[in-house]
Amino acid sequence: MKRTIYYDLSYSRSLKAKTVFIYIVCILLSILSIFPFWVMFVNATRSSLQIKTSFSLLPSKYLIENWKTMINREAFNVFLGFKNSFFIATCSTILTVYFSALTAYGLAVYQFKLRKSAFTFIIAVLMVPTQVAAVGFYRLMASMNLNNTFIPLIVPAIAAPAVVFFMHQYIKSALLIEIVESARIDGAGELYIFNRIALPIFKPAIATQIIFSYITSWNNFFMPGMILTDVKKYTLPLMVQILKSDRFRTDYGVVYLGLSLTVLPLIIVYLLLSKHIIRGVALGSVKG
Amino acid sequence: MVDNKVTVGNKTLYSRKRRNKVSYSRYGYLFIAPFFIVYAIFHLYPLLYTFYISFTDYLYASFNLVGPDFVGLKNYIEVIKNPRVTGAIKNTAILWIVNYIPQLLLALLLAAWFTDPRLNIRRQGTFKVMVFMPNIMTAATIAVLFYALFSYPVGPINSMLAKLNIIPKEYFLRPEEYGIEFFRSPMATRLIISFIQFWMWYGHTMIILIAGIMGIDPEIFESAEIDGATGGQIFRNITLPLIKPIMLYTLVTSLIGGLQMFDIPKLLLNGGPDYKTETITMYIFGQAMESRNYGKSAAVSIVLFILTSILSLFIFYLFKEEDNVAEEKGVW
Repeated sequence: MKRTIYYDLSYSRSLKAKTVFIYIVCILLSILSIFPFWVMFVNATRSSLQIKTSFSLLPSKYLIENWKTMINREAFNVFLGFKNSFFIATCSTILTVYFSALTAYGLAVYQFKLRKSAFTFIIAVLMVPTQVAAVGFYRLMASMNLNNTFIPLIVPAIAAPAVVFFMHQYIKSALLIEIVESARIDGAGELYIFNRIALPIFKPAIATQIIFSYITSWNNFFMPGMILTDVKKYTLPLMVQILKSDRFRTDYGVVYLGLSLTVLPLIIVYLLLSKHIIRGVALGSVKG
Repeated sequence: MVDNKVTVGNKTLYSRKRRNKVSYSRYGYLFIAPFFIVYAIFHLYPLLYTFYISFTDYLYASFNLVGPDFVGLKNYIEVIKNPRVTGAIKNTAILWIVNYIPQLLLALLLAAWFTDPRLNIRRQGTFKVMVFMPNIMTAATIAVLFYALFSYPVGPINSMLAKLNIIPKEYFLRPEEYGIEFFRSPMATRLIISFIQFWMWYGHTMIILIAGIMGIDPEIFESAEIDGATGGQIFRNITLPLIKPIMLYTLVTSLIGGLQMFDIPKLLLNGGPDYKTETITMYIFGQAMESRNYGKSAAVSIVLFILTSILSLFIFYLFKEEDNVAEEKGVW
């Protein structure tokens, strides 16, 4: 009896020490995640001379000056990049989500001969990265005179196998067939049933996929890097390259300000939606 | 015949049984058509076309587009002999291994801590939000940010080291003399790239592993605890074997992602120094967009495609098997 009590006490003490250690590790890792962004935002408010001659983690007061310098250097037009990125990401996300839901719904609700083969095909191409077909894609777009337009970055979004797969998993779990059949008895058309009855039921799955499709498109660098060569068409990730060029060699403050502006929208969205995003990551892995 | 008709108001409808057979399958094809049409034009055709180009001479020679002229395996033979290509494969492997092993170990450790009910770690949500954040930030921005942070002669890492007295304080007067030129060393550059990848992805791996552990039937843990197993024993003998499929899943998806590594090394140093951080996709991109040799670029693309397909098949069978096992054991 004595022995057991002694054991439990030391055990709980070591447990406590371990817990303290874990909290310290977690705090250090959190700092590590934020540190580069913190330095970036702080340096965006410091003058180039300050950045050159000292290190600081506290903001200074040169934000407006850096802003003016940035606006005067027309090479880095963050607003244009923002506009282009916004247009491409919005269009491609709408297409991806709508047509993926439509495809998944078609596969789940209707019985037809090629249904199984169609689904197997989608699973088979799930992992094919876009990069492997990039040369063929680039040459095809060149022959169609579509390079340096937004079309090659938007229209292919209609076919997103991974999103179809995710939606399919969701539709299978949301009991649908009975609702569809009762809508049919009420005389509703098939497309009407999909748009007005099925889509609202998929809302949770759609919300998750909107967030991930948007972020993926927003951050995409490889494909826009191939297709868009005119600086006026540049998306934000392409615009960022300009900050590395010689034109900004000594404008340290402006470089950090430019970088800050390219991730600011993402940080705001992330802080608002982080719970959904993290839940989506966990969900996608266990189900997929 | 009469049985097949139902009259509602002034409309005559055919019974469900008959309509199912006659007309609904049509809608199935109609609904999946946009996906398959777009896939065929913008994904499948380019893939087949890339395959075709890889067997041809297809390039710009003195500003004129030549080809595609069929040349058999010429591109493949040239590519395999090219030390830049074998180097790119080696670089990709090194960058991936150096980032993945610490990533998995740290993610496992954190997942073990966070799912241990006896430790009862609080504020897990906040911690997840913090460490996952780098994952969704634009990789292009992160690459340029780290380029600026580690840059020489003037860069925050150098000035931080000077402030901490790790390099002489005189750095602030003569940075060229006392600063560290990180990007001159292939090893330092590779370490920085691997660190960025590690830093961006360990939170993601951790979240997946935690979800996997939470999916295990809690009764298994409870009975182990009643039997007097310690936290470490439970983790080694119960948790690890049961999350093996999820770990394999993260391994293979990370491997496929790693084979496509592009944004960070491209924007950090564009493959330098001396091509020591050039990856496979960077070579594909460079051959297509800078050298404008589409045949060669396509040949390397097909090599990448074969590597990715083998890995994907592996995942596919893994999950097929897991489905069967799960049905038998009722674990998932």
